[in-house]
Amino acid sequence: MERRHLPLGGRLRGPVTLLALAAVPVAVLAVFFVLPVVGMVGRGFRPEGHWDVGGVLDVLARPQVHRVLWFTVWTSTAATAVTLVLGLPAAYVLHRLTVPLRRVVRAALLVPFVLPTVVVGVAFRQLFTGPLARLHVDGTPWAILAGLVFFNAAVVVRAVGAAWESLDPRPGEAAAALGASPGTVFRTVTLPALRPAIVGAGSVVFLFCATSFGVVLTLGGLRYASVETEIYLLTTNLLDLQGAAALSLLQLLVVVALLLIGARTRPMRTSTQRAPARPRRPRRGDLPQLAVTVLLLAFVALPLATLLIGSLQVDGHWSLANYRALDSTGSHQALLEPATTALNLSLRIAVDATLLALTLGLLVALSVTRRARTRGERRLRGILDALFMLPLGVSAVTLGFGFLVTLDRPPLDLRDSPWLVPIAQALVALPLVVRTLVPALLGIDDRQRQAAASLGAGPWRAVLVVDVPVLWRPLLASAGFAFAASLGEFGATSFLARDENATLPVVIYRLLGHPGAMNYGMALAASCVLAATTAVVMLVVERLRVPSLGVL
Amino acid sequence: MRLRALATIGVTVLLATTACSVSTKNDSGPDDTTSAPVPSGSTASAAPKIKDVVLVTHDSWSLPKKLVAQWEQQTGYHLVVRSNGDAGKLTNKLVLTQGNPDGDVSFGVDNTFATRALKANVFAPYTPASVPTGVSGYDVEGDGGQHLTPIDHSDVCVNVDTTWFAAHHLTPPTTLDDLTKPAYKNLFVTPGASTSSPGMAFLLATIAAYGDGWQSYWSKLMANGAEITDGWDQAYEVEFTQGGGKGKRPIVLSYDSDPAYTVKGGTTSTQALLDTCFTEVEYAGVLTGAKNVPGAEAFIEWLLSPQVQAALPRSMYVFPVVPGTPLPADWTRFAKQPTNPLTVSPAEIDANREKWLQQWSDVTSR
Repeated sequence: MERRHLPLGGRLRGPVTLLALAAVPVAVLAVFFVLPVVGMVGRGFRPEGHWDVGGVLDVLARPQVHRVLWFTVWTSTAATAVTLVLGLPAAYVLHRLTVPLRRVVRAALLVPFVLPTVVVGVAFRQLFTGPLARLHVDGTPWAILAGLVFFNAAVVVRAVGAAWESLDPRPGEAAAALGASPGTVFRTVTLPALRPAIVGAGSVVFLFCATSFGVVLTLGGLRYASVETEIYLLTTNLLDLQGAAALSLLQLLVVVALLLIGARTRPMRTSTQRAPARPRRPRRGDLPQLAVTVLLLAFVALPLATLLIGSLQVDGHWSLANYRALDSTGSHQALLEPATTALNLSLRIAVDATLLALTLGLLVALSVTRRARTRGERRLRGILDALFMLPLGVSAVTLGFGFLVTLDRPPLDLRDSPWLVPIAQALVALPLVVRTLVPALLGIDDRQRQAAASLGAGPWRAVLVVDVPVLWRPLLASAGFAFAASLGEFGATSFLARDENATLPVVIYRLLGHPGAMNYGMALAASCVLAATTAVVMLVVERLRVPSLGVL
Repeated sequence: MRLRALATIGVTVLLATTACSVSTKNDSGPDDTTSAPVPSGSTASAAPKIKDVVLVTHDSWSLPKKLVAQWEQQTGYHLVVRSNGDAGKLTNKLVLTQGNPDGDVSFGVDNTFATRALKANVFAPYTPASVPTGVSGYDVEGDGGQHLTPIDHSDVCVNVDTTWFAAHHLTPPTTLDDLTKPAYKNLFVTPGASTSSPGMAFLLATIAAYGDGWQSYWSKLMANGAEITDGWDQAYEVEFTQGGGKGKRPIVLSYDSDPAYTVKGGTTSTQALLDTCFTEVEYAGVLTGAKNVPGAEAFIEWLLSPQVQAALPRSMYVFPVVPGTPLPADWTRFAKQPTNPLTVSPAEIDANREKWLQQWSDVTSR
């Protein structure tokens, strides 16, 4: 009888329960991530079947390797910083203020996230060589930076915004009543409370930047090489597996270092919560934030507008012909199936991937936020937390080829399984889900669960009244994220998608790769359809947000 | 409030579950009654049945559906296509999965990658029973058609926008040397050799033309404002004046068949410079360790059949290897082929690829 009244936080304790909760996600990660990556890197270490660690280490001494490492680190750091500077004010404006159309804008901000890099590259280049030619950024690192910020702004706005939204405004109000200036309130109250979300979003952005492939090549005009583009060249062209293994290890090292730094700056537990803030009307003091938000929106809208205009033109005239052609297979049969079939399939796969990512992400988030009793347990929890960030930091080429060389015989003969695509996409979306849920769960004071228990709530009831109301919004936010990440995923998908079931981004690449003005127009139109679909799905997710769950 | 929340949860769960099952259903939909890979969870027969012939190929693979259906009906086989990446990615994928390939037959390894694949023993010995005369001229040197069967060929050439040059009262360039002349400053765009297979072919063309002097040619080319993009699509669609994006450069590296695709009102607006061409030949072969060897062999024989050979230009923008195959009307008129293309032997390419690419990167990134 007494056991039943123990709160969930009390029952699920100790390393055993921790591992039990995490068992399924860990198994999935082991089979679909660790095994392929280890298999592929292992090939580099044993080129002729014999160990040759020295050969791999020799690669690290190449000057080219130092160059690409430095380039990757500085561009990713700069891009992350710029994204945070622009994204934080926007997160505030779009989640705490009642600005007009904020739902629409929030949904639209996620659009870049799903666009294939090639298409965005085309849009940016048309801008940089056309209306913005005076800036002289085409083919410079600045163009690469702009591209990276464009793609990642949504990560900061959404992840930090969700945390900001469920932040209790009362401590800030109390500080203000005691005479603190808005700046002081932000610095001493708001910022510390948001820090887990900011650090989480920042590290995700950094990893996305460090592994971005298309942006560096398309906007840098081949003059710059990052670790990721170098791995691609070594693996797909030169078959220099030693070199690729060395660089993959380097990538892993950078990720681990980053996660360690992140773990240090992330406070393990902040207790706040339980008075969902109502957005208020903008005041004069909000002007700077509003200005930055407008700037960010203009920056995101410009390439999108170029894309839209391009898709609506045929031979210099306005026309919808590009869109009408989407249910065909393109001129000269560029496609095996019409683009509409691909969209349909993309949506289905994205739903599967989102569900997978949410389920796994929830399990991971629950297990890593359980209160740790011992030091060993805390460490285990930290490792688990970091482990699920790894898929973001590893090259899609390494993972893609890894699938082919390791999941190729029983009992794991999975390389032809139709589930491989949703699973691969879920792995990419998983860190986004975890990073959104963990800060929210950390924000729950364990004493609330204890209070619920002492009032007679059983463990599940306690979860329902304490955890669920807090988790509801971040869960929806991360569902949107995961869905968008899955819709737009190209790297791993292109390795695994079969011709008869190519996703829309794969189809867009195919269209761009075939001559014929119609194919080019169709690629632009398909990108706009992908963008619009994402925006609509995001809007629906936003609609589902329940304003207040205080009574549940 | 509670009701609304519960309703939302209910709807979400409902949506989620239905959508999920749809995806599973789709995989075993009515389309593949002949059974492609069966989705997990149904029966034990998850592996492809021997009826399936699994083709491992690159992104540009395409043949008319009708033609494929005809072949399937005649032979009782079912073609499963796995296409990904370019010739380089394809070759490396085959090398990495050597012995336990992800299919039975491969199409798309070209003369620039053939040696690597042959060395790694990717292909099993097979020569079609009756190879049409004239085809063996395209065999890989040293292999003599024992493993790899030539299927198509195409030439990567510098192309010019003739309408642009007419409008600007400028004589278009005709040779590689011309591209370094001041008259054509900032007019040329090419995909990079390290990221694009036509780009690599162009590098090989310059190596064939200039021998050891190719690096100085490239520095002159770069000094004359040549633009390098990562892929063919960027070069053609964004930078080229005849591309979909209406770019600013009237000279582009592309294929000899391109003029057939820029036909409007009976004339073409582009022209291939036939002294700048490098020939690419694409091969098919039975994979070592294939599950369905008879199916793979039947497939290769079919690729050499008159119907498929005739369909190649329209479907994949390449020329058939079988001499005398009828070409589409606009091809015979506009797609001129070089009589004396530049060549580098496959073995030499294989031995020097890394060195050449490194040197090329050094020259082009300044």
